[in-house]
Amino acid sequence: MHGDDRKYWLDDPANVTRLYRGVWIVGLLLVALDFVLHRHDDLAFAETWGFYAFYGFVACVSLVLTAKGLRRLVRRPEDYYER
Amino acid sequence: MSVELPVAAILIGAGLVAPLLPARLRPAFLALAPIAALLQLVSLSAGDVLRVELFGFALEPVRVDRLSLAFGYVFAIAAFLNVIFAWHVRDGVEPSAAMVYAGAAMGAVFAGDLLTLFVYWELTAVAALLVIWARGTERAFRAGMRYVAIQLASGMLLAGGAAVYYAATGSLAFDTIGLNGPGGVLLLLAFGIKCAFPLLHNWLQDAYPEATATGTVVLSAFTTKLGIYALARGFPGTELLIWVGTAMAAFPIFYAVIENDLRRVLAYSMNNQLGFMVVGVGLGTELGLNGAVAHAFADILFKGLLFMSMGAVLLRAGTVNGTDLGGLYKSMPWTTGFCIVGAASISAFPLFSGFATKSMIMTSAAEQGYVVEWLVLLFASAGVFHHAGIKIPYFAFFAHDAGIRCKEAPLNMLVAMALGAALCIGIGVFPAALYGILPFPVTYEPYTSAHVVAQLQLLVFSALAFAVLMRTGIYPPELRSVNLDFDWIYRRVGPALVAAGATPLTALSLGVGRLVRSAAGWLMAAGNRAAAPGGLMARTRPTGVMALWMAALLGAYLLVYYL
Repeated sequence: MHGDDRKYWLDDPANVTRLYRGVWIVGLLLVALDFVLHRHDDLAFAETWGFYAFYGFVACVSLVLTAKGLRRLVRRPEDYYER
Repeated sequence: MSVELPVAAILIGAGLVAPLLPARLRPAFLALAPIAALLQLVSLSAGDVLRVELFGFALEPVRVDRLSLAFGYVFAIAAFLNVIFAWHVRDGVEPSAAMVYAGAAMGAVFAGDLLTLFVYWELTAVAALLVIWARGTERAFRAGMRYVAIQLASGMLLAGGAAVYYAATGSLAFDTIGLNGPGGVLLLLAFGIKCAFPLLHNWLQDAYPEATATGTVVLSAFTTKLGIYALARGFPGTELLIWVGTAMAAFPIFYAVIENDLRRVLAYSMNNQLGFMVVGVGLGTELGLNGAVAHAFADILFKGLLFMSMGAVLLRAGTVNGTDLGGLYKSMPWTTGFCIVGAASISAFPLFSGFATKSMIMTSAAEQGYVVEWLVLLFASAGVFHHAGIKIPYFAFFAHDAGIRCKEAPLNMLVAMALGAALCIGIGVFPAALYGILPFPVTYEPYTSAHVVAQLQLLVFSALAFAVLMRTGIYPPELRSVNLDFDWIYRRVGPALVAAGATPLTALSLGVGRLVRSAAGWLMAAGNRAAAPGGLMARTRPTGVMALWMAALLGAYLLVYYL
């Protein structure tokens, strides 16, 4: 078993921020690729540059916000069915 | 070996013999069964049939074609991985029931007629029930009862549909039926329950997370994929399924985001993956059906791997609640790594299995012009990465360090996860191997630069959405809760209605009781008068009359008691 005092790379918030920025850079590079590479797609509108990036981001944000609203509606105490 | 020995018999036989063996020998014995089954499957070829005549019915207990073989292979692989994963379990019931369960599912996909299908269909329900009950808790017992009630209802619908089909056609052969075929609606509902169609789905999220660390892995492999197989066999190209599947792919992910029990999150995401397969069947094109089968094959492996990693966490940390976990990568680095492989596979990252299989269904939907459905499925694809690909590993292994310091998973679990992970990556890197066993010839090429870039854009920006919401504090925290789903209808509303309906009945019975009591009081008074000196009862009578009165009194008492 590891000792509790061992320091991991992710324990440092500065490293988490570095990772976060890294993912942004990768994402922006992928969008930039759309200007170089003509992406052929089965659906014409999906060939628009950055379509998948934009759709993925918006989809996930709306998913989470809707789920938050849903929680207000359906959340019950943990022992709801045992009472 | 030949078609005379049903593959199912090997697995079911092994499962029935296993409880009689010493606990130390049992895992090794059980591990041989799927290997033997796989060898038997390899010896079979499409077109092999075993025919028997029973009670005047022409039955085909074994009918081999490419569709059944593809499911057969993956069921055998899953059964083998499950034995390895549960190698340390000393209880005799669960691993043995799991093998019978695998055998029943195997038998069902090779069933050439509806009667044979029905027998195996019911056997999967009963064997799965034993796997759920093996947890030994009150919750598991109750969830198991709900599970088996719903599964047996599916069996009854299947039997009813088969009867209608037989009455109309004079045959029990299980081939394409279609919604307009005789008994079509009943059979579609029967299969729909197993596939966890919307509103018929809750048994899955209800029961699977209540099984043991190893049991849930077993459960995740067979029943729902058997449903997909039956759908692909009986209802290919049924357009209704495209919309059903699209709804299935979309709605469970909202629940997955707010669910705390990480194995229940996986159950919701399983529902979502099944949606993609149902769409593939509904499209009915060679590409769509190939995609449904390929995705079922891949899903058994990556979902099994994810359930294994959560099983390992449950075993070591004692919980799979997101609220209690975090930082486990420090204690369980290997499990973390395997979980991430499963997460990447379900999220369809390039070089992982989901990328090569789910895209077949998406492409077929786009080619057929189902644009709205395609957009919803794309939303569901992004959502899958969000809740299964990120949420599961993040809350279990990263997030804030919950301070849990435990041992890494046992060696047998790590070996099972390593094999599962290797298969996920193997399919992702060499999809041709999987494409080669699909029902139809495959011309589809997943690795085009356009597809890789598009998918990476989708996934990276989904991840960024998660990160942004996390860092801004908008992301809903994990909370201890039960989230009401459709099972609320039969767990709360139904019983409440029964209770409400019972209230007038209770009032009625109380009223009748009062009436009887006052009548009895009047009779008593009359009796007293009669028993007074010179009264009716004071006279000497034969004992027989006395006995008669006693009987009448006791009868009245009994009546009042029952009311």
